Amino acid sequence: MIANDITVRIGGEAGMGLESSGAGFAKALVRGGLHIFGVPDFYSRIRGGHNFFTLRAAHDPLYSIADPVHLLLALDMETIRRHISDIVPGGAVVFDSKDALPNDLQRDDVLFIPAALTQLARDIGGLELMRNTLALGIAAGLLEFDLSTMEGIIRDNFARKGEEVVTSNLNVIRAGAELAAPYRADYPFRLHAVPDAPQRIMLNGTQAFSMGALAGGCRFVSGYPMTPGSPVLVWFAQNGAHYGAVAKHVEDEISAINMAIGAAVMGARTLVPTSGGGYALMVEATGFAGMSETPVVIYNAQRPGPATGLPTRTLQADLLFMLHAAQDEFPRMILAPGTLEEAFHLGWQAFNMAERYQTPVMVLSDQYLADAFRSLEADALDFDAVALDRGALLTNADLDALTERYKRYQITKSGISPRALPGHPNAIWVTESNEHDEYPRIVESAQNRSDQHSKRMRKAVPMAEDVPAPTWYGPEDAPLTLVCWGSTYGPAREAVDRLNAQEAGAANLLHFSGLEPFPPTAEAELRKAHKTVVVEGNYTGQMEFLIRARTGISLDGHVRRFDGRPFRPEFILAGLQEA
Amino acid sequence: MVTRDDYRIDEKPTWCSGCGDYGILNALTYALVEHAIAPHELMIVTGIGCGSKLPQYMRVNGMHTLHGRPWPVAQGAKLANHAMRVVIVHGDGDGYGEGLGHFVHAVRRNPGITELVQNNLIYGLTKGQFSPTSEKGWKTSTSPEGSTEAPTQPLALAITHGATFVGRGYPGELKHLRWLIGEALEHPGYALVDILQPCVTFNKPRAYDYYGERVYKLEDEEGYDPGNRTAAWERAQEWGDRIPIGVFYRATPGPTFEALDPVLKEGPPLVKRPLEKLTSAQVESLLAELQ
Ligand SMILES: Cc1ncc(C[n+]2csc(CCOP(=O)(O)OP(=O)(O)O)c2C)c(N)n1
Ligand code: SF4
Ligand SMILES: [Mg+2]
Repeated sequence: MIANDITVRIGGEAGMGLESSGAGFAKALVRGGLHIFGVPDFYSRIRGGHNFFTLRAAHDPLYSIADPVHLLLALDMETIRRHISDIVPGGAVVFDSKDALPNDLQRDDVLFIPAALTQLARDIGGLELMRNTLALGIAAGLLEFDLSTMEGIIRDNFARKGEEVVTSNLNVIRAGAELAAPYRADYPFRLHAVPDAPQRIMLNGTQAFSMGALAGGCRFVSGYPMTPGSPVLVWFAQNGAHYGAVAKHVEDEISAINMAIGAAVMGARTLVPTSGGGYALMVEATGFAGMSETPVVIYNAQRPGPATGLPTRTLQADLLFMLHAAQDEFPRMILAPGTLEEAFHLGWQAFNMAERYQTPVMVLSDQYLADAFRSLEADALDFDAVALDRGALLTNADLDALTERYKRYQITKSGISPRALPGHPNAIWVTESNEHDEYPRIVESAQNRSDQHSKRMRKAVPMAEDVPAPTWYGPEDAPLTLVCWGSTYGPAREAVDRLNAQEAGAANLLHFSGLEPFPPTAEAELRKAHKTVVVEGNYTGQMEFLIRARTGISLDGHVRRFDGRPFRPEFILAGLQEA
Repeated sequence: MVTRDDYRIDEKPTWCSGCGDYGILNALTYALVEHAIAPHELMIVTGIGCGSKLPQYMRVNGMHTLHGRPWPVAQGAKLANHAMRVVIVHGDGDGYGEGLGHFVHAVRRNPGITELVQNNLIYGLTKGQFSPTSEKGWKTSTSPEGSTEAPTQPLALAITHGATFVGRGYPGELKHLRWLIGEALEHPGYALVDILQPCVTFNKPRAYDYYGERVYKLEDEEGYDPGNRTAAWERAQEWGDRIPIGVFYRATPGPTFEALDPVLKEGPPLVKRPLEKLTSAQVESLLAELQ
């Protein structure tokens, strides 16, 4: 009996309700004391296509999904066609017996379980849509997972819809479990609940970042829906008001960021969530924030482009775009969380950074990090560690004491000018988009331009000290170092674990979550490495380029992926053979 | 008491002598003083163009933003601090060209914002190209054969989208303009005042001589009822031998954009609320969703 590290995949057409079923099952496993990692893989359409949800469960924390599948819940034949080769010997396929299984999809080493999914769902539950629930019941039965935990989730999820809906779902899931019983002897994999496991939480990157942002004092969110960035806008629209945060879905991304800038000048901590195409529309205003020294946090959940690209897929190809977006130069910070914990921490820290340096701060996420679910210990999101630092913000008392005309863009050694919020009679000024002097007046002299431009650019020096330094994972002084940024951390970490399991001390990982200003410690860290291989999700090697540009270091090899699918440990390990 | 001196600043406008923007600056300042609005209670948000430099020539809070973008910036400012008066000032190229979408969406939302348009039917700052309000056939450097496009109808557009105060002023009628801006400032919702702004450098045919002969006040027009939306919509498009100024349309506005917001409808302005860490009860309620 193999009772650890099992992957269940449920697949079907869009509109079959796979995402909520997958998430419900995942939550049940977490309540049952297991660790999970769940990834939705969806087409950008409302009906049809092929969607699936992959759910991996184990006793230890997981940082990635893996390729082998132990149980496939196929709501249509297409699911079997696409995933039959991923199933491990001894694994099982549950499929709807209304469809005949074609010969070419059969495998001798796989257990096929025909079940009248659609009909039983209709007969027992009264709704075809309940076939997911039925399939999950079969899964629980086969894996010997505690059915009462599954039932608890059903009660929580459907309580709002009334007792009748709860009861019919319970009947369906129990029927599924019974249906599985005769097959259990022929199926070797088990997912037993872990007795006395601590209560854990389950969330995705969207939730982790949104909660971090809220904890960091974000009180104004303006956005325009664009997958996979809009879930943050939706999160704030649904939860924000409860915590005093204004959320506005506005006419376009240009409006979103300009609104945020207007609110930020007045003193609100502001966030604009988007994806690359939406950020493209925000470029001009990013420069306005840079010029007017206005704090604003920009969240980009990347997806493949250019143009509309692949809306529901993942990529890491907006790094150099964000780095250079908008005409001329101004300091900006780019943060790229690799885990849920980092998404939370950088979520709140971004708002401190933005106010401390009075400039745009960009958080680069991607569809994979935004949508993938993971289980965490209940205290993993460290709300106690949150500290709110508003930087050089003048208090009312400071302004009361002001005897001279206020200089919003005062030239200082650090480049940071003491900042007032509008409304005080002693501090009256114009937030300027034109080049300006300290007051600011619009001044075009060469001297003033040099003075003000240098003042703004000087802020990058303290920013570099503040940007997160790259971090190591794994044994010191390993012969192989993987280098990654953002969400690639998880699969790269597992790849390192597997290499070290084969041969102790074989590999380690250097992970970047701060990319601009380029962390000053990066060069020394990279020089500690022997053979370096960059793992990143784009065609040209944007991070590799950036490392070379900033440190002069040429890395030894790379593993790249740009097909819109997330890295998996197996993909990285295979890539290392060639790197 | 608010006086003209409160708004005075030692800064010489860079406008051409005779430019209609002087009159607008003058009328706005007078109206603000008359309505006892102090500079620190006011935020003037402008776009980019000759006239948009206006806040530099007063002692006032301002945001001199991007070409076409003053609305979103102004709405963000108003949402963040609704105790502040927010006035948008922009040109026709800015507002009815680059920013026309924002204009319509702002009108739809009824923010508590007053909007003044320096409409000179031309691009001033970029030296005289035709604008979205230029008449069909208008010859400029970028329309050497004459513009082939029908002009936008901003007043009718505002009425169509639910604006409840829509007026037009003219700096040649300074007292009237002062009054009109004052009425707009007192309107408890979104208010638009489009202003026939003579550009004496790049649009001489549409300057004081032209308007002086044609402009008439709706307030003097017998039987004109600014409460009649259909009549206002029609009158808003009258142009040629007679050009109306004054209040085209006025109605009682509904609640403003900010008043309808669930967070802002009660309590102090957003930025006046203390910015604090989440309480442990708040953290618990967030985490409860994840278990
Ligand atoms: C994005 C962008 N495009 C173009 C410009 C150049 N530009 C500056 S002012 C202006 C037109 C000004 O016309 P209008 O808004 O009517 O103002 P006026 O100068 O007539 O007062 C243009 C096109 C700019 N600043 N930004
Ligand atoms: S160019 Fe026209 S609009 Fe600009 S300042 Fe001169 S007169 Fe005024
Ligand atoms: Mg103009």
